[in-house]
Amino acid sequence: MSIKGKAYLVGAYEHPTRKATDKSVAQLHAEVAKGALADAGLTKQDVDGYFCAGDAPGLGPLSMADYLGLKLRHLESTDTGGSSYLVHVSHAAQAIAAGKCNVALVTLAGRPRSEGSSGTQPRSWGAAVPDGPFEAPYGIVTANSYAMVAMRHMYEYGTTSEQLAWIKVAASHHAQHNPHAMLREVVTVKEVLDSPMVADPLHRMDCCVVSDGGGALIVARPDIARDLKRPLVKLIGAGESPKGQAGGKLNLTTSGAAWSGATAFAEAGVQPADIQYASIYDSFTITVLVQLEDLGFCKKGEGGRFVADGNLISGSGKLPFNTDGGGLCNNHPANRGGMTKVIEAVRQLRGEAHPAVQVKNCALALAQGTGGQLGTRHGSATLIFERE
Amino acid sequence: MLLSEDRKIPAPAVNPENQAFFDAAANGKLLLKFCKTCQEYHHYPRTLCPHCFSEQTEWRDAKGVGTIHTHSVLRRGVPTPYCIAYVTLDEGVSMLTNIVDCDLDAVKIGMPVKVTFKPTEGGPPVPMFTPA
Repeated sequence: MSIKGKAYLVGAYEHPTRKATDKSVAQLHAEVAKGALADAGLTKQDVDGYFCAGDAPGLGPLSMADYLGLKLRHLESTDTGGSSYLVHVSHAAQAIAAGKCNVALVTLAGRPRSEGSSGTQPRSWGAAVPDGPFEAPYGIVTANSYAMVAMRHMYEYGTTSEQLAWIKVAASHHAQHNPHAMLREVVTVKEVLDSPMVADPLHRMDCCVVSDGGGALIVARPDIARDLKRPLVKLIGAGESPKGQAGGKLNLTTSGAAWSGATAFAEAGVQPADIQYASIYDSFTITVLVQLEDLGFCKKGEGGRFVADGNLISGSGKLPFNTDGGGLCNNHPANRGGMTKVIEAVRQLRGEAHPAVQVKNCALALAQGTGGQLGTRHGSATLIFERE
Repeated sequence: MLLSEDRKIPAPAVNPENQAFFDAAANGKLLLKFCKTCQEYHHYPRTLCPHCFSEQTEWRDAKGVGTIHTHSVLRRGVPTPYCIAYVTLDEGVSMLTNIVDCDLDAVKIGMPVKVTFKPTEGGPPVPMFTPA
């Protein structure tokens, strides 16, 4: 059974806050849920499916369903890090197609900025994690994990820091138009290269921001979607895949997007060249480059040339990406960027992106998420949407 | 030039499945898991082979030499810069590690390295690598 056309993205909301010292995490979840329902023109009583990941406090969705006062017949807490929310959309479509729910709510929220989180801090997954004893002593953090992928990509394919910098430059061109973005200043390749080296070869401006906030999505049955007064955004393809170290037989320069993307494109029946707008998870510039290659927007190893010279800038480039400024400039709520990738794709398909970055007649868009760490193990998820 | 400095190394969480690896490390030996069914090494070590899922895995002494597959020096947000790396061992598998006791600015992909063992805070020593 395919999920193609079985569900629509009817509500999307991004929390405007970037620093929420005065709010609780649960409160942020509730605020984004309310925002997405209002966006869809639905009420809390319409929700019968709920999806959340590890950023939701408590025991999976139990704490949040109780806090939000949801009466549910379907719930799920798949956690694949920052890609979770793309997986949730796919699984919500599956649940809707199977008749397990009619209206699914997906929420994400967190306040890592208020809590002093940083990509140079060790992350703990618990004492029982089997890889932990073989990684924690070596000081693996988010930044140096992704940096090792960048270093290897440069070695294998001749990718340069200048090429990676173009990804940040493109994001900054978009962020200047987003009043909520944390970093709205347009930057140059030279400014990226002149920013402090964090983890060789990644400079500070190769890294995403740390922000508080969140977002929510509403996925609904086709007939419910058609009764609403919003542009119709139909899910036509989805893929998900984990990727790890393969028992030590490493392939660092290929991400799970090679599998999740192929699955999503096959289901959607479209090609990368058909995509008019792409939200690509941008925890780091290298994350974008590797995913673009693996999704098939260019050949493996040619990502550097593909992203250079403004090719990702809306209006002038071939593939407009992350027109909200992405994680590199806008926000990265809960250190999980998948949610905002879907939200901006929905804006583009509805024609509700900022006019300066809106893709003309945008009818086919892709959202790509990565979670965990690219250099060790990660989850990848790909969604393809069509405006009806 | 950035000479590596010793840093405080968190102790690995030893459990029944990985005990032999860290016991050997305490004696200056690097062990790898080898699967007698599919004749493949793997790392990090498991009881069941992650390649073929056989339980016929055994510990074998590794030569303790290899080459750097990739690396990165973390320079910000930490008290002392350090070099994380994947080293591809002669046995064919790659392991996450640190490159130590050298000029970190001179570390390169493909550089031959050999194992050394560094103490951890309150736990067994762990294998790291230094230019051969």
